[in-house]
Amino acid sequence: MPTLNDVLVLLPEFYLVAAACLLLLADAFMKPAQRGALHWIAIVVLLVATYMVVAGQPDATVTAFGDMFVRDRTSEILKVFALLCTVLVFIYARPYLLDRKQFVGEFYTLMIFAVLGVMLLVSAGNLVMVYLGLELLTLSSYALVALNRDSPLSSEAAIKYFVLGALSSGMLLYGMSMVYGATGTLGLAQLHATATHGAMPHLLVFGLIFMLVGIAFKLGAAPFHMWIPDVYQGASTPVTTFIASASKLAAFGMAWRLLETGLGDLSPYWQPMLAVLAVLSMAIGNLVAIVQTNLKRMLAYSTISHMGYLLLGLVNAGPEGYAAAMFYAISYALMSTVAFGVIMALARAGFECEEIADLKGLNQRSPWFAAMMALAMFSLAGVPPLFGFYAKYLVLQAAIDAHMLWLALAGAVFAIVGLYYYLHVVKVMYFDKPVEGGADRSTPDMPMRVVLSLNGLALLVLGVYWGPLLGWCRHSFGIG
Amino acid sequence: MITLSHFIVLGAILFCIAVAGLFINRKNVIVLLMAIELMLLAVNINFVAFSRFGHDVAGQVFVFFILTVAAAESAIGLAILVLLFRNRSTVNVAEIDSMKG
Repeated sequence: MPTLNDVLVLLPEFYLVAAACLLLLADAFMKPAQRGALHWIAIVVLLVATYMVVAGQPDATVTAFGDMFVRDRTSEILKVFALLCTVLVFIYARPYLLDRKQFVGEFYTLMIFAVLGVMLLVSAGNLVMVYLGLELLTLSSYALVALNRDSPLSSEAAIKYFVLGALSSGMLLYGMSMVYGATGTLGLAQLHATATHGAMPHLLVFGLIFMLVGIAFKLGAAPFHMWIPDVYQGASTPVTTFIASASKLAAFGMAWRLLETGLGDLSPYWQPMLAVLAVLSMAIGNLVAIVQTNLKRMLAYSTISHMGYLLLGLVNAGPEGYAAAMFYAISYALMSTVAFGVIMALARAGFECEEIADLKGLNQRSPWFAAMMALAMFSLAGVPPLFGFYAKYLVLQAAIDAHMLWLALAGAVFAIVGLYYYLHVVKVMYFDKPVEGGADRSTPDMPMRVVLSLNGLALLVLGVYWGPLLGWCRHSFGIG
Repeated sequence: MITLSHFIVLGAILFCIAVAGLFINRKNVIVLLMAIELMLLAVNINFVAFSRFGHDVAGQVFVFFILTVAAAESAIGLAILVLLFRNRSTVNVAEIDSMKG
């Protein structure tokens, strides 16, 4: 029977459910003039949830509801960063949504439900919870992508996301059913114990392959990346930012839960498969990004390549590798919020700032945000001393430690290829002449300017002062 | 005598039909939604069969959750479909291709 103690372990999650429902009700009863308050309420709700996660952090791993829910250090770190990324998205989204008359309560409610899905997913201790957390996240994301109701692009992106997302959930479930059949259990911890004894290995590996396909879909790793470019381009920029940041943290959490906590002893099987996914993602992501003219689409292919690098950490299949992959996921989330944040800061009513050509001569018109964008681009490319460089270094190191030198070499080569399209954006901003109808003034919204600047400078600070964050990541996997 | 493998083969056949339906179909998005439902039902057959023959009730509980989520999923899918039809006046899969590259 569930006890009060179980409920206390899930307190941040219960609190978010209640808050999201109340926010939805408040939206229904508020007068249009008062609706602006929703924005601040939603931010406070998320910050309080972040505080609850940090303050209630257990010293050791705690489980609740019969091992359904696991609260450990890894899940806490992922939750804190997912919540903070969502706060950033809210702050960046306000002027964007107001300019487009899309400032609606559903946006905030759906976002909170999506981040709740992230929290349940990264804390799942059972295949049922993995599925439910994942679906809470993805179903909210489908609706968020379609939120821009009058845009044909947005509804096209939504239907593509929906069909491919449902296909990947189906694959994941089919794999889960096979794993369940082979081991007779749904709990991840029991699964780990049973899988060791080699119960029906063929069925188990068959299930593992389907689950890997599902994981690769959710991460957006090639060759299961088809949805990413269309969704990034079609969705409104705040939603894209969420999918590129908090969702990726969740995808890493899910991959780690399923592959390590659940099927860790099958690592000789899944390591080579992940290595193939990693190489394909780095190659396709970095090569196809070169020919893109749409900035959001280019960043989508950049995401695909970054997921390849994240997989390099997972391929290591040891605590060092997981710590590197988690560090990478966090760094990618923070970098992408800056890049998309600048896009939102430069967008205005009737102008999306989606094309790379829109940034021409940005340095003369908005030097500060040109600098922020340049920081994000250099960091994504992995140029020292920025955040992205150290993250890349760690995952390459993890691949070498796993005796996959060829993988690390491929990673280094494709990082150099990737440098081209990131630097192209910098070149356009600093050395091209400004054009009519391009980005001119940045948003006058003060909270957004301040937070976006801090977010951008964080890439520089964390690039030099990465010790504490890496320490947390390593500590959460029981090293250092 | 119907054994476990009969159920698993049935599940696999239904799953393959569903995946084929998703990839081969070029006509109508509604057929895609049907294929997605079929895929989840194939998974349900697997879970119930494993649960019944493995004498473990957890698999059947999972099926309840899958059914519930599938209902929510098709509700959202149909809502997106209505939006798509309103914006583009078509539900033909081959015509939904304005984004490329």
